Amino acid sequence: MTDYAASLGEDRIAYLEGLVDQARTAAAVFTQYTQEDVDRIVKPMVLAGMEQARHLATLAFEETKLGVLEDKAMKNMVATEFVYNYVKDKRTVGVMREFPERGLVEMAEPIGVIFSVTPITNPTATVLFKCIMAIKTRNAVIFGPHPLAWRCCFEAVRIMYEAAVKHGAPEGVFTCLESPTVPDNQYLMRHKDVRLVDATGGRGAVKAAYGSGKPALGVGPGNTPVYLEKTADLDMAVVDTITSKTFDNGTICASEQTVVIDDEVYDRVLEKFSALGAHICSAKETALLGRVLVDPETGMARPMAIGQKAIDIARAAGLAVKPDTKLLIAPIQGVGREHPLSVEKLFPVLAVYRAKSVDEALKVCVDVNRFGGLGHTAVVFSRNDEVIRKFGEVIDAGRVIVNSPGSIGALGGVYNDMVPTFSFGCGTGGGNSTTDNVNVYHYLNIKRVARRTQMPMWFRIPNQIYFNRNAVENLRQFPSRSTLIVTNPVLEQFGHVEVVRRNLPPQTVVHVLAIPEAEPEIGIVMLGLEALAANKADQIVALGGGSVIDAAKIMKLKYQSPQADLEELGAPFLDIRKRVAEYPTEKTNQLRLIAIPTTSGTGSEVTPFAVLFDKQRGRKVTLTDYSLSPDVAIVDPQFVMSMPKALTADTGIDCLVHALEAAVSVYGSPYTESHAMQAIRLAFRYLPIAYENPRDEEARSMMHNAACIAALAFSNASVGVNHALAHAFGARFGVAHGRANALMLPHVIAYNAAVPTKFMPSPHVRGYTAHKKYAQIADLLGLGGHTVAEKVDRLIAATEQLLDRLAVPRSIALLGIAEEDFARAVPELAQIAFDDPSWRTNPRMPLLNELADLFWSAYRGRGLAKAAGPSEQPTAAEGLVYANK
Amino acid sequence: MPISETCLNIDGARAAQSLQEALTALDTAGGEMVLDFSSVRRVDAGALRAMEKLAAAAGDKAVKVGLRGVNIDVYKALKLIKLASRFSFPA
Repeated sequence: MTDYAASLGEDRIAYLEGLVDQARTAAAVFTQYTQEDVDRIVKPMVLAGMEQARHLATLAFEETKLGVLEDKAMKNMVATEFVYNYVKDKRTVGVMREFPERGLVEMAEPIGVIFSVTPITNPTATVLFKCIMAIKTRNAVIFGPHPLAWRCCFEAVRIMYEAAVKHGAPEGVFTCLESPTVPDNQYLMRHKDVRLVDATGGRGAVKAAYGSGKPALGVGPGNTPVYLEKTADLDMAVVDTITSKTFDNGTICASEQTVVIDDEVYDRVLEKFSALGAHICSAKETALLGRVLVDPETGMARPMAIGQKAIDIARAAGLAVKPDTKLLIAPIQGVGREHPLSVEKLFPVLAVYRAKSVDEALKVCVDVNRFGGLGHTAVVFSRNDEVIRKFGEVIDAGRVIVNSPGSIGALGGVYNDMVPTFSFGCGTGGGNSTTDNVNVYHYLNIKRVARRTQMPMWFRIPNQIYFNRNAVENLRQFPSRSTLIVTNPVLEQFGHVEVVRRNLPPQTVVHVLAIPEAEPEIGIVMLGLEALAANKADQIVALGGGSVIDAAKIMKLKYQSPQADLEELGAPFLDIRKRVAEYPTEKTNQLRLIAIPTTSGTGSEVTPFAVLFDKQRGRKVTLTDYSLSPDVAIVDPQFVMSMPKALTADTGIDCLVHALEAAVSVYGSPYTESHAMQAIRLAFRYLPIAYENPRDEEARSMMHNAACIAALAFSNASVGVNHALAHAFGARFGVAHGRANALMLPHVIAYNAAVPTKFMPSPHVRGYTAHKKYAQIADLLGLGGHTVAEKVDRLIAATEQLLDRLAVPRSIALLGIAEEDFARAVPELAQIAFDDPSWRTNPRMPLLNELADLFWSAYRGRGLAKAAGPSEQPTAAEGLVYANK
Repeated sequence: MPISETCLNIDGARAAQSLQEALTALDTAGGEMVLDFSSVRRVDAGALRAMEKLAAAAGDKAVKVGLRGVNIDVYKALKLIKLASRFSFPA
């Protein structure tokens, strides 16, 4: 048994358990109530509280001997009427708010049993306020009042309880401790059936609440600084300050404690205070007050002064003041223990400080705020918006009250539009969990019912695509003063550059930059930029394979936006719409990019991708943005008629893989699928013909179109794990991209068609569909088969036959790579493939051991891939063993 | 040995009283008692107290008490007060 429980005794524990039991039952019953039920109860409770406001104020005043009876009655009214006005239309049961456009619904769940500590300074008002909140939110509350204010609280609870039960509230919904003690509080705060501790009170109660291990709302002391700036309405500021500081004799913890006054208006302000009933203390009187009112041991104000009248305090300190004195004003020269009156004073004694500048004033206000009142309340009087803004910035307070009284302003709903409360959250600065004015929402668990949403998708392609033989003639319609043709030396030799030059408008000045047909380095890009600048070019014609077109894309990017940081733009991302890197939108130079591909595979003429080789770091940087897409694509087969057979095969397979991966991508859409399917159909039909009969113009033309159409699909749906594997393997063993893709392809189809170990999270896809899409492709190709599995197997077989016709080696082993070399490389290859962004849209999320397994499958070779059912999947352990052999 | 079963309807308008009657009927019940809650829309504190007593008495007398037709709101209230585990909920 804990110390506090031991000190309670069996009878007291039985009493406390009885309170909890009642509250627990009430809370359970309450869960069945509707919004209409609780609203029917709240209103008569509020009326009962209003009716008894003066009666409860009298009880509180007589019991505590603190404050002002009339002000306490006013507080009881605010705690009922103003709080009701705020909560009456709030939905606190079931559906609270709906956001149909976001697919979100917020629903209210009651907390259950709340143990609520209430203070001596505002005893009945706090009870009334919390009772209304509890009923509105269907919670049961056990009140733990301050030991010196429990009788008035007990009566307040009784009034609220009777009104509530009379109108249908569950029995036992409110209870109140009689003759409460600190061990009572400790016992209840730690009780297993108490779900929330709501402590409004002094430091001890708040600290105990947070130390209970229960979720707690603990709101504690303040030390409110006021900045009275020289532009302020001085009359208003003085009256507001007196109103607030003398309200209930300063017992509200948000009341003003130190007023920092600009030097220019300091004397006038004090005169106004004096004229309205304040006594301005001399230095000697201030010192005397400090000694009498502040305990030098603790550095805190003595309890005996709390809520007392100014004249009584003056009398106790031996000060001679007029009998109608409302407020004692004590000039201080600094903040801290050596200036006793700079502490929180819950009585009508106000410190004032003369500030020589705004900076000094703000500094003193910060010091006051941090001297025991962090996170609570601060006040500023000013007509200068900049001063008000700066004050709000530098002061760490949950409430910054502007041109109004601190205490009544902080309560909310009277002088401003803040939420009415009798519990001020002080944030982490005050050791609290909130800076809010505590309200009904803190008495609820708010649940979010989130419907599946589908993000808007896109299908973005270049404005103009010209295709078929002599499409290059369309160059004439693009006026250009100066055009840079970026190409490679071989194409110059073939005469392709001359064809382009002939088809440009006659007035165009043409310059040629021949670059190597290899992934461009930054040096190549710089050469291009120099050429563009030297010739004041307004157009680039990129004539070449993927590398040349990629180089031209990056040249255009840097020429238009020299500030573009390629390193940053190449940063990895998961979703192009949410990525961190921002592509420049401001353009220094205007430039048109026309892409004319001379291979039928990459589709770079329409894609938003460009690969840059970072020679220094030995790695590729992939840039992705639709601003990189060429403005015009010219897909003219005359430029591919002379492609060598091996290049025809490798680039053609690249095209097929683009289409197959886009077809099953989790970013796929009806738009991309239609293009992917068409490209697959064209590739299966025409690639073998183009390979075997290179001069077959129809086959060449169709494959050229297929590459572009596949690119339109994967530009928007992206690719998949095949590309991730091929990138890693190709770079490590120096194998051409298309060939590396080909070696992986049948194995990847089988892998994607099987039941995944891990599904790829994607809101766009309903269920696992990759195997069905492969079956649709098989149907499109007329491969036959009855079941999905049969169709997938036939697609794999057809793919393998196609690769055989294209003389693609059947395995990695046949490339001459020794098994031991491959085994050494596989673990790292799997990691590199895993880091590759290509698979992020793959239908199946690859595990590292699965990637390793796929490499080994490709090493072993074709003819082994089959659409595996769940029972045929290798286990993770098998995969690892395999990867390591 | 066959187990006899007693079935009682709980009146939604006077659930606490009905449950009190069920408590009395425990003495004559066989091994099982089924209480039909189909007409009970909501339970109040009195009903919950009666159910607490019923559960305790049923335990003493080794009678299994099943609650049939309990709606989800009442079921949740029973869960919150940790009473649900002391009854069965036949379909």
